[in-house]
Amino acid sequence: MADRRPGKPVPRVDEESKGFWEACRRHELRIQRCRSCSQLRFYPRAICPQCMSSDVEWVLCSGRGEVYTFTATHQNHSPGFRESLPYVLAYVELEEGVQMLTNIVDCPADDVKIGMPVEVTFEDIGDDIAIPRFRPRAS
Amino acid sequence: MSRAEIAVVGAYEHPTRWAPDKTAYQIAAEAARGALEEAGLTFADVDGYACSGVGPIGVLSMCHHLDLQPDWLDSTAIGGSSFVAQVLNAAAAIRDGLCTTVLITYGSTAASERFAVGTGGGSAGDPPDAFEGVYGPTVVGAYAMVAQRHMHQYGTTSEQLAEIAVTMRRHAGLNPHAKYRDPITVEDVLASRVISSPLHLLDCCVISDGGGALVLTSAERAKDLKSTPVRVLGGGVAARHSGVGVRDITDIAARQSGKRAFERAGVSHDDVDLCMIYDSFTITVLSTLENLGFCEAGEGGAFVQGGRIGLGGALPLNLDGGGLSSNHPGMRGMFLVIEATKQLRAECGGRQVANAEVALCHGTGGFLGIQHSGATLVLGRS
Ligand SMILES: [Zn+2]
Repeated sequence: MADRRPGKPVPRVDEESKGFWEACRRHELRIQRCRSCSQLRFYPRAICPQCMSSDVEWVLCSGRGEVYTFTATHQNHSPGFRESLPYVLAYVELEEGVQMLTNIVDCPADDVKIGMPVEVTFEDIGDDIAIPRFRPRAS
Repeated sequence: MSRAEIAVVGAYEHPTRWAPDKTAYQIAAEAARGALEEAGLTFADVDGYACSGVGPIGVLSMCHHLDLQPDWLDSTAIGGSSFVAQVLNAAAAIRDGLCTTVLITYGSTAASERFAVGTGGGSAGDPPDAFEGVYGPTVVGAYAMVAQRHMHQYGTTSEQLAEIAVTMRRHAGLNPHAKYRDPITVEDVLASRVISSPLHLLDCCVISDGGGALVLTSAERAKDLKSTPVRVLGGGVAARHSGVGVRDITDIAARQSGKRAFERAGVSHDDVDLCMIYDSFTITVLSTLENLGFCEAGEGGAFVQGGRIGLGGALPLNLDGGGLSSNHPGMRGMFLVIEATKQLRAECGGRQVANAEVALCHGTGGFLGIQHSGATLVLGRS
């Protein structure tokens, strides 16, 4: 369901990030891998920080990972977030080995634990953007 | 040719914590006058100027306001640690002959403008914001995620973090200008509401108005000035972030900037008589102590217990009451250097560390668990 709450920031899609957001729109989680040195990288960049190559492929992730760390946010005065309190901000470590800042959803804030198995879920906001978040999964 | 010694010759903290009728510029100007007067100098003696936190070209507006036409300018913007880094920049500029006398100022009306220093949201425009801002990170949240991981990895407890807040409050009781001076207990901290788990309200710094200023010149020139000079022994600056997605979140910039600072200052941990550690949150102090090498990774919780970090302990820190209880107008780095300078001049009355010869300041700027800066500075008594 479209949810473009007033004030909640919407990511700007640009040349570097287009591949990521286009995949998200199809509800696929894809991260970059450098074709030259094979390093995975998130978030997306045009140039590999390790070898400076621009040659890149978009790897389809399993969408599974576990909570690396988190915080249940009880105070945020910003529009779009103050209505959602408490919400969980977290780093999720994907099975592929990279960490993503995200939210843990479909789970009471008190039940979130480090190491908890999670899977990606997409929230469509309008026609062009879907935001990847994570929810608990059976291990 | 030996490396010229640089000295802090003026250090003034504005006494205000609430100044609804003043602008940040006025507070900075009043602090500048205070710091210059200590040294017996005037604005006409200033040929190098640095400030931070007043907007992208705020350094020019500040020059305009103070009617300065300096030969050297710096507007480092690495968050609350900026002023610590600027002391190093100023020392390098003086040593290199770019200028002779540097004024560094700070002024802020964060409290009276009701600016939510720690609990406002981010934007989602430029990278990396597009991949962060949409999830609602707050400043507190970015530090809280480090605390949560630290607890998981090492068994650190909320009681241990609370000990830091309790100690800072005890110190604030000795500082007549501190915003909050009544003693608190570990139980008080744990009973205060959770802002961003596992951090409670009393794990978080206060929001105040305030400002301060520093004046630096060569140790040679300092001999002719009115104040007791304090020597800049060395320092370092570093940045940490989530990189390309692989990071140990408990490894912070202090590890790198601290190592450089100890090497350049030529001092060891045992030589340090007191620390001024940016205490935006209790976890900031604990992580910084570990990463500076005062204890091993994971031992910070035990390290801060038993009175070690209080006045009279083995490593007293934040004798002014810190950001947790004295003042925090958004960028506390300035006050770290001011209090360290005053301690080394033995001007701190009831909160004075006896025979203080070496002080270490460490500022943390930005969002600890996401992207942050660290700036370490070692100062020594003349
Ligand atoms: Zn590469």
